[in-house]
Amino acid sequence: MSSHRDNYPEGAAFYSVLRNRYRKAAIWQFLFLSALLIAIIALTALIYNVVDGAFGYIAYEYKAAPTQFTATPVSELTKEELLVILKENLSSGAYNKLDKETPMEKRSQADLLSLFLERLVRIDTKDTWSMTDSLLRGAEIRAEVAEKYPDAILELRSWITPQFLVTPMSSRAEFAGVRTAILGSLWLVGIALLFALPVGTGAAVYLQEYAPRNWLTKTIQTNINNLAGVPSIVYGMLGLALFVRVLEPFTSGSMFGVTDSNGRTVLAAGLTMGILVLPLIIINAQEAIKAVPESLRQAAFGVGATRWQTIWHHVLPNALPGILTGTILALSRALGETAPLIVVGASTFISLDPDGPFSKFTALPIQIYQWTTRAQSEFHAIAAGAILVLLALLLTLNATAILLRNRFQRRW
Amino acid sequence: MKEETLKLKAVEAKSFRQFDLKKKFRISESVIQALLFLAGILSVFTTIAIVYELGKEALLFFTNPDVTLFKFLGTTKWQPGIGQYGIWALVSATLLTSVIAMLISIPLGLASAIYLSEYASYRMRSILKPILEILAGIPTVVYGYFALLFVTPILKTFFGDYIQVYNMLSAGLVMGIMILPLISSMSEDALSAVPRALREGAYAMGATKLETSIQIVLPAALSGIGAAVIIGVSRAVGETMIVAVASGSGPNFSFNPLEAAETMTGHIARISGGDLSYNSIDYTSLFAIALMLFLVTLVLNLISQWVVNRFREQYE
Repeated sequence: MSSHRDNYPEGAAFYSVLRNRYRKAAIWQFLFLSALLIAIIALTALIYNVVDGAFGYIAYEYKAAPTQFTATPVSELTKEELLVILKENLSSGAYNKLDKETPMEKRSQADLLSLFLERLVRIDTKDTWSMTDSLLRGAEIRAEVAEKYPDAILELRSWITPQFLVTPMSSRAEFAGVRTAILGSLWLVGIALLFALPVGTGAAVYLQEYAPRNWLTKTIQTNINNLAGVPSIVYGMLGLALFVRVLEPFTSGSMFGVTDSNGRTVLAAGLTMGILVLPLIIINAQEAIKAVPESLRQAAFGVGATRWQTIWHHVLPNALPGILTGTILALSRALGETAPLIVVGASTFISLDPDGPFSKFTALPIQIYQWTTRAQSEFHAIAAGAILVLLALLLTLNATAILLRNRFQRRW
Repeated sequence: MKEETLKLKAVEAKSFRQFDLKKKFRISESVIQALLFLAGILSVFTTIAIVYELGKEALLFFTNPDVTLFKFLGTTKWQPGIGQYGIWALVSATLLTSVIAMLISIPLGLASAIYLSEYASYRMRSILKPILEILAGIPTVVYGYFALLFVTPILKTFFGDYIQVYNMLSAGLVMGIMILPLISSMSEDALSAVPRALREGAYAMGATKLETSIQIVLPAALSGIGAAVIIGVSRAVGETMIVAVASGSGPNFSFNPLEAAETMTGHIARISGGDLSYNSIDYTSLFAIALMLFLVTLVLNLISQWVVNRFREQYE
């Protein structure tokens, strides 16, 4: 680097300069690599942080001792016994309401047990600990709990269980689940897909196969690239103004005779998501269509096919794996997107499954946001559980996309 | 005899028509083309809808007799409910968190791009690149969780009581990690596009790998790297969930990263998440902020595209 005109070292001096240059090169190479190491450390820390939060000790007390209701130990209660206990001790109004949601006889033992614990015994969580704390300072925690809450029960708990996946929302973290949120997310992604896949593919086909080279095409293309960079919260504001407010008769379903909802429905949110992922789907589909070789089209034209016949029978089938891969990636973006849903008006507390496009909804990322911003540590624990569920869903989607790409990708 | 000639002529005429090579008008083809055109033009309508809807409500905000340009740009308290409209209270937090994020993501992103493009072997790349891709695929709300429950406690051990539970530093740092993969992958594409001959030339002159990378390859890829940085800034300005979770609620005109403050995006998320009546000043003010965000990111994106086209080095 010190190659000034009047400075040509010779002999030993030359080698010393050379050594310096090599040393400098080695140091910088290490620095470049360490940037990547920092990225790896950050990723590891993030995953560790989530897993760490999702398992660990919990100390809780019973507000009413289980022995008040039954002589059998809690862990050995059968379904029949639980049914009797619940019937006897719950007020008939509360019992009938639960029975209406899901008939009591059809509920599982685990479900009934959590009802028993939630409604009658009423668990009162005193404190929770992370996985690392629980493993490394087990004795300390036990001593602390024995001193501070002599009546408390200390348990090692996994916050993510099969029960967690199928239970609806609850105001008590110990009994909350992500069922409503998962179903809401699926509805959202489904509606976004129904809207964005045909429109996005159509737009890509138009731009690649039909569009003349003029200012309009150029405008459309630039516009799509820009839309891909618009912050998601701006799409949320668009959704709020357009789908929730202006198109309320449509999105609330009052146009179709649905009476009990406003515009803040899963349909409005799904369409907002559709608009949000549209540019991504178009750009990916364009790449896929571009990769289909020109000779294929020429051959189709050569035997007399029309333009649309060529596209439908030759271009699209060959571009399909690429289009689907891009779509899946766009959907995984939609699955993790939170801000537009908050703006469009996801319900933060809702325990009923979404049962149609006009129902209120919540979604996984919304629940994660809600639970993370609560002060109590048990909510942080279920937030970690919900994050693991979300990450697992995303991983599945992305793995599918990669498989699809490897299985069907053709090299021309 | 006559009849036959006529028939023959008719057949000739018909077959001549069969070989008419002019493009035939087909109604279904035209309908399909029209539909596809509609799909293509829809994106333009999206932009128009954004500008129109945001602009309409923002106009209501700015034409409110209580809101003056002086109050909007000249004061530093934001609380539309009680007549305080100083946008700087929100802009300051957006600026500070974005600057922190860029201070993290530009050097780290660029360094990792140089390593991946210039140093890493094929095997190394195939291990390292997926890690960056995973980092890029993690939802931002998860980064928010990470910022609040991991980074903030660590910062607390350094700064003790000087740092608040919600603070801009933690949000900015995590945002930097989030943007790192974006800058890294865009810069790497730019670096990889520099032709091999340039590197060979530098080596032939006796340059070390570092000298080649920094003095030859990097300048040649500068336009792409510049575009990456600009896109990164636009992402940082528009990022919502990390700041909504970790940087606190309540506008605060402060440039102290250890304090809590609300960004433009965080403010929109918090206010619109609550009960909001249409046509209130709170409601219209959100659209004014969103319009500003949209315009800022739009300009940044356009600049980035312009930089790429204008300053791209062309190689044969």
